[in-house]
Amino acid sequence: MPANRFNGFTDYGVGIGLRVPHYNHIFAEKPVVDWFEIISENYMVDGGRPLQVLDQILDQYRVVQHGVSMYFGSAQPLDREHLKRLKTLTRRTKTPWLSDHLCWGSVDGTYTHDLLPLPYTFEAARITAQRIREVQDYLEIPIAVENVSSYAEFHESQMTEWEFLNEVVHAADCGILLDVNNIYVSSQNHRFDPMVYVDAVPAERVAQIHIAGHSKFEKYTLDTHDHPVLDPVWKMYARAIERVGNTATLLEWDDNIPTFDEVHNEALKANRYLHANSSSPLPLESTAHEARA
Amino acid sequence: MTLLELQRRMSNDVRRPLTSSFEMQQRTEDGQAMADLASTYIKPNDRLTSFDRLEIYNRQYWFRVIAAVSEDFPALAAVLGSKRFDALVLAYLKENPSTSFTLRNLGARLPMWLADHPEFVPRMKHALALDVAQLEWAYVESFDRLKMAALTLEDFAGLDGDSRLSLQPHLQLLRLSYPVDELVLAVRMQTPESDIMSNAVSEMVVRTRPKLPGMRRSRVFLAVHRFDNSVYYRRIDHEAYLLLSALQHGRTLGESLEAAFANSRLKPEMQAEKIQHYFAHAAELGWFCHRPTDMIGVQ
Repeated sequence: MPANRFNGFTDYGVGIGLRVPHYNHIFAEKPVVDWFEIISENYMVDGGRPLQVLDQILDQYRVVQHGVSMYFGSAQPLDREHLKRLKTLTRRTKTPWLSDHLCWGSVDGTYTHDLLPLPYTFEAARITAQRIREVQDYLEIPIAVENVSSYAEFHESQMTEWEFLNEVVHAADCGILLDVNNIYVSSQNHRFDPMVYVDAVPAERVAQIHIAGHSKFEKYTLDTHDHPVLDPVWKMYARAIERVGNTATLLEWDDNIPTFDEVHNEALKANRYLHANSSSPLPLESTAHEARA
Repeated sequence: MTLLELQRRMSNDVRRPLTSSFEMQQRTEDGQAMADLASTYIKPNDRLTSFDRLEIYNRQYWFRVIAAVSEDFPALAAVLGSKRFDALVLAYLKENPSTSFTLRNLGARLPMWLADHPEFVPRMKHALALDVAQLEWAYVESFDRLKMAALTLEDFAGLDGDSRLSLQPHLQLLRLSYPVDELVLAVRMQTPESDIMSNAVSEMVVRTRPKLPGMRRSRVFLAVHRFDNSVYYRRIDHEAYLLLSALQHGRTLGESLEAAFANSRLKPEMQAEKIQHYFAHAAELGWFCHRPTDMIGVQ
């Protein structure tokens, strides 16, 4: 499975996020990296150094776009200017799939620049799925939605987060960027079993996996991306790979960024699970149905 | 509550200003208890109240937007000091929340806003602060604005007094009261580069105050431009500033030259020499370009 229609039938391995402090190292040393994930918004500009750097990277590496401001779950119409700029960038990068978050962040033309959690309602699922479809149709590439870490739950919710994720991706017919660290962070904040979440994810839709570090405080856990991946997250990753099969994996490290080699070596630890995984993952939802038929 | 109603309510609450100790306010502007408001839509858990959970997002919002603006104005922060700068940014963001999907534009209105709000700066420093803010925003604009194909020698050959010349979109022209290019460069040398990150939480950044060169009032005209994808500050003389500004505003070549030398005491031959120098220099740096509508931009 790693290659599926939600990741453009690609077979990517372990990648890392492209970050400014690593530019010089990458251009000087040309390290072997399977792929880089870029934050789309950093390159949705008209010119200058950001695009020059991107073009240099594109000459030598495979790049996948990850966004932070599409806000699939916002209740109002999509920003056409944003979509236009994003499409221009996808043509430049030739990203085989594009990911952004299952969240909201703007209303009435004002932006919070945060990945705010959605109420898990049927109305929210319907609106979100509709917007994902519109983006997918406009960009003409597969979309993968990423589960976010959250610190609040709503009275309005009618289902669990994993039920909501299923509801949305089936209605939108899109892929999933499964962030196992985000599941862990939310499980600590909302007291649920993170393995139940991982087991409920429709495996055949997983296009990519995120791993990252987090920070525990007395009363809550924060998604800080500022240190290595912790053991509980590696356990969840192992379970996810067991279910999904070898899948494009990306380490996020966004604060207190260490050397390139330190970040890359941390990411490559994922290979222990990818290589250990047998060639045949657990039965998929679709194959299981076929087997029964 | 519909999705839209919930989002409007939460957006208002998340964007409500923090207290001076960076905590969520206990009451709204009209006296409602925030704890009551939060509990109408956010569930508590065994460790956190609805108020506590909403406060995480409230703080996140402000830390993120303050960090974004601060990153674009490190020299202004250095001139004013952390306390004054933070107060200024908070007040600015209250009046100018983000209306764009990108944080890149968040500081766009700050120089103009600062001109209208001298109360945030000691009176003696207002003109200096304004100059610094203008130059720092010009840097942002010049850094990633479009670069068009520059005019060639053949293009120049066909020009006459009625011609209109376009200037590169990344070229910014500034009339300043202080030589703040020296100050801004000194601060930039001491400031690391960064970019937008993913969904990690933001922290309140503690800034160390860089060393600043002394500033004496003196008229400076600057062209902020990009060359080989690096931004440069180039000092130009008054006539060059007037000429380029007039061209930038769409006036003809003849009108622009007239505007540049209207009050000049230079002899005609000296003026001609200067004009030749300006054009040679601008052409060398590729400042003159085809109009954006004429062709597709080049990287």
